[in-house]
Amino acid sequence: MGHVLTEGLHGPGRADGPLERLDPRARILGAAAFGVVTVACTHLAVLAAALALAFGLLLASGLPPGRALRRMAAMDGFILLLVLTLPFTTPGAAVFTLWGLPASREGLVLAAEILLTANAVVLALLALVGSLEPVTLGHALHRLRTPERLVHLMMFNIRYVEVLRGEYLRLRLAMRARGFRPATGWHSYRSFGYLLGMVLVRAVDRSERVLGAMKCRGFAGRIPLLHALAYGRRDAVFAVTLGAALLALCLAEAAHAAA
Amino acid sequence: MHIVDGALAGEVVIGGAVLAAGGIALGLRHLPLERIPAAGVLSAAFFVASLVHVPVGPSSVHLILNGLAGLVLGWAAFPALFVGLLLQAVFFGFGGLTVLGVNTVAIALPAVIVHYLFRRGVTQGAPLSAAIWAGMGGALAIALTAGAVGAALALSGAGFVPAAKLVLVAHVPVMAIEGVLTATAVYLAAQVKPDLFDTLKGRSA
Repeated sequence: MGHVLTEGLHGPGRADGPLERLDPRARILGAAAFGVVTVACTHLAVLAAALALAFGLLLASGLPPGRALRRMAAMDGFILLLVLTLPFTTPGAAVFTLWGLPASREGLVLAAEILLTANAVVLALLALVGSLEPVTLGHALHRLRTPERLVHLMMFNIRYVEVLRGEYLRLRLAMRARGFRPATGWHSYRSFGYLLGMVLVRAVDRSERVLGAMKCRGFAGRIPLLHALAYGRRDAVFAVTLGAALLALCLAEAAHAAA
Repeated sequence: MHIVDGALAGEVVIGGAVLAAGGIALGLRHLPLERIPAAGVLSAAFFVASLVHVPVGPSSVHLILNGLAGLVLGWAAFPALFVGLLLQAVFFGFGGLTVLGVNTVAIALPAVIVHYLFRRGVTQGAPLSAAIWAGMGGALAIALTAGAVGAALALSGAGFVPAAKLVLVAHVPVMAIEGVLTATAVYLAAQVKPDLFDTLKGRSA
């Protein structure tokens, strides 16, 4: 069983993509630039091109595309409600009617815009940053001048989320051994509440032991973040290529806005 | 629950990012280095809690527990919950990138409000009264979160208003469940480890 954060993404059968050897900082900044540009664009053709670009990044990332796409589809589940109601709630020219409710052209376009944008950004994020080792992400964010304490919080989260999930799963196993079956009702909810309270108590107890162990090894308020990152020619090529693609998206958007 | 990229107006996205950055900065200032391990491990605990699915009739909901996070973490809930949201966006594809600020405010601001309203009630008195205060805090946090998500949608366009109302209605059962779970979790903690809620106070370990 892999780390909870990267389960299914870093598993066996993982191919080595060309993005794999890039400087993590270039990938983080690239994903951020991609997100800002895509969210700023509104024309459907431009957004479709952005989604195609994100798909290209996914293929180049070496992540198993099926699993990444399944995660993207799971996110679409969250916005289903919004996308399904928008055509009927946005005023405009009616295209068709469903149970007497007219669906407007403007609403359909807006729904399509949101779907394309959300999927393009998530896909690019998963491809560029989600393919990193979580710890590498922390180091790279530190080099990008993220506040040190925030980076440390993140490192602790990455380290202990797996440990605490193991704790949670052991408690669930113990409950199952005593015949607990999750259901809708007071008994179930109370048991879940006790379970989560116990996880919290154990988390705090563990954090005290962690701090004790850190002090024993001379912890004086700073955690050295070792990880030499070198920005090389390959990264410059990536930055220029992605920058040119994003500039093309901006120009296409401006051309459509002017037309 | 999660707002995605591309749905909100630019002003809402920028406003959310500014508010979230302010909240995170304040939260980090309230966090001495000595307390970073506790806050980090608790941040991971709330991450794990958000992966727990609780059955509701034929379906299930995943937990947020931001009320409980606020009671335990105070202002540190901002950076702690932000880290969880960032990791979920990057590795699970939940939510989005530019809306991280809005999502952080929607989850962490109610946590801080609950902290100020209910902490006294939870840390003083018998476990039963602590549980009742905590239950109210847990339910209120979800109501405020649903209200914030609804407001972010409604501010982004008139066409989003019905969806915003649906968000509010859909969260009524979640409110009840989170209230009960927060109350029972605090009931247990008050008996097993009464100083849980002082974890991030200046107390030396």
